[in-house]
Amino acid sequence: MEGKDTELDKTIIEAIKDPLTHMVRNSVDHGIEVPAARLAAGKPAEGCIYLRAYHEGGKVTIQIRDDGAGIDPMRIRATAVERGLYTAEQAAKLSEHEVLNLIFVAGFSTAERVTGISGRGVGMDVVRTNIDKIGGSVDLASVVGAGTSLTIKIPLTLAIIPELVVTSGHERFAIPQINLLELVRIEPDKAATAIEDVYGAPVYRLRGQLLPLVYLSKELGLPQNSAATVNIVVLQVDETQFGLVVDSVLDTGEIVVKPLDKQLKNLAVFAGATIMGDGTVALILDVYGLGSRAHAVGKAQAVASAAKATPAEQKETMLLFQSPDDGRMAIPLSQVVRLEEMRASMLEMAGDVEVVQYRGEILSLIRVFQVLPERRRDPRNPDTGVQSDLLPVVVHRHSGRQVGLVVGRIIDTVEESLAMQRTAGRAGVKGCVVIQGKVTEILDVESVVRAIVPDFYKAQP
Amino acid sequence: MIDLISQHRQYCTFRLDQYHCGIDVLGVREILRHQTITPVPLAPPVVKGLINLRGQIITAIDLRIRLGFPSCPEIKPPIIIVVDIRSGEEGSTAALLVDEIGDVIDIDPVSCEEPPDTMHGAIRELIQAVCKRDQGLRLILDLT
Repeated sequence: MEGKDTELDKTIIEAIKDPLTHMVRNSVDHGIEVPAARLAAGKPAEGCIYLRAYHEGGKVTIQIRDDGAGIDPMRIRATAVERGLYTAEQAAKLSEHEVLNLIFVAGFSTAERVTGISGRGVGMDVVRTNIDKIGGSVDLASVVGAGTSLTIKIPLTLAIIPELVVTSGHERFAIPQINLLELVRIEPDKAATAIEDVYGAPVYRLRGQLLPLVYLSKELGLPQNSAATVNIVVLQVDETQFGLVVDSVLDTGEIVVKPLDKQLKNLAVFAGATIMGDGTVALILDVYGLGSRAHAVGKAQAVASAAKATPAEQKETMLLFQSPDDGRMAIPLSQVVRLEEMRASMLEMAGDVEVVQYRGEILSLIRVFQVLPERRRDPRNPDTGVQSDLLPVVVHRHSGRQVGLVVGRIIDTVEESLAMQRTAGRAGVKGCVVIQGKVTEILDVESVVRAIVPDFYKAQP
Repeated sequence: MIDLISQHRQYCTFRLDQYHCGIDVLGVREILRHQTITPVPLAPPVVKGLINLRGQIITAIDLRIRLGFPSCPEIKPPIIIVVDIRSGEEGSTAALLVDEIGDVIDIDPVSCEEPPDTMHGAIRELIQAVCKRDQGLRLILDLT
């Protein structure tokens, strides 16, 4: 036990009493293994549960950690499929974080046995509902064999929170200051160049870091503002940041949070409503809900975990090439065997796949920009690259088989750290990084090849 | 005496499109005009927005949409009926938007009938009874 002197509002204590008891019970019952299993795993026979409470960023964090068996994501996946929540394919695609959070779904219990203490599948969903009710969040992290830790973050008080009032589409919205990092204002003359576009996803470079932008009016379906000045509210949810573009930033203040009626409860983008000084009602934005709706949060979490998995400073040589629409893409040079230029007249068709005779072999060709259709069209010059006589071809080899990727004009090779700044939510693109000061998309060679030659990566007989 | 009251109830009537409806007067808290309604983006269309009733935030429900009528032509501001809804233990307050408010009338249970089976749509499950009055039929709405 740690942080016994952390204080909370009495109403909140009431609200978290039951969930907290429940979670400690869970740790005792599911988390800690039986003594024999613990000894076998090389741990002391006696289990340990740590309870910690502390203040952090205007919130109280309570952590419950045990040194038990942890939660096996595979088992949760299996249960999710069994219950029909997901198909096996969908379940396999879920990130570990998403999988672990499935235990908060109602009726979800992976416990093999039902004991007097827990395992009936009612519980974690109630925990989340209760914590949600008071405006808090629950998060779960687990390492198989090493234990599970549950983190509850709750506001200091229910009633009054500091907020920032912004407008969008003639409506006023309040943003809790807990989530607020900073405000960025882009003057009209800079607005056009400062905001870059990664295929429909606007980003802003905030001190060298790509900040995904979410347009509030677009997310809420409100009329768009045509003002030239761009106001960005930089928000943080857990470990990810995104910029919320609003029409104007009004004022800060303290507001009384009122819950929304049950008809509106399922709107994750709103945390509640409040009455402004002039008597009108304004909605309070739920930054997490808004971020998830715009896919700024969930995805970014995937990136964060991916970034943790790969050593951050790993450099890789990349082959840069231009796409027909003037954007930049890159392929890791490790996946490239040779660069060739093929004459368009050498192309032949085998079935519906373009092939070329190449060093006594038949080489299938894949036009990368046909796999990535949004890259294909160049509004100014629709024929570039695709129709020219000399086709730049990147030869890619995998276990003795070769395939040629027809790309755009090859620019350069560079050595770059491959820490993705942002994943792209599209097939064929792994993510993007800034290379030579330009946003560059990294081609996902495997998925592009699979799209045309599905069994390319299958083991050969 | 109690029995008599429960049988012989008073109903607050209002007009919605061409229909005259009534709700139990005991559930009605107040009638309002001219309220600023703050729209809620992304909300289901039935939710018109939020209103501030002396510091309490109440969800305004467009009864026309709830009952499946064409939405209001917005010529004049709608009348807001603030009602208490009791469902089981929980009670909540809602604001119903209607076209025009009518009188409070006494309704004799004898004159009420089940809604006809041929009635369709969203309105069917919300109608408690159809009451035959001299001036025409009155529809009794079930608030819950």
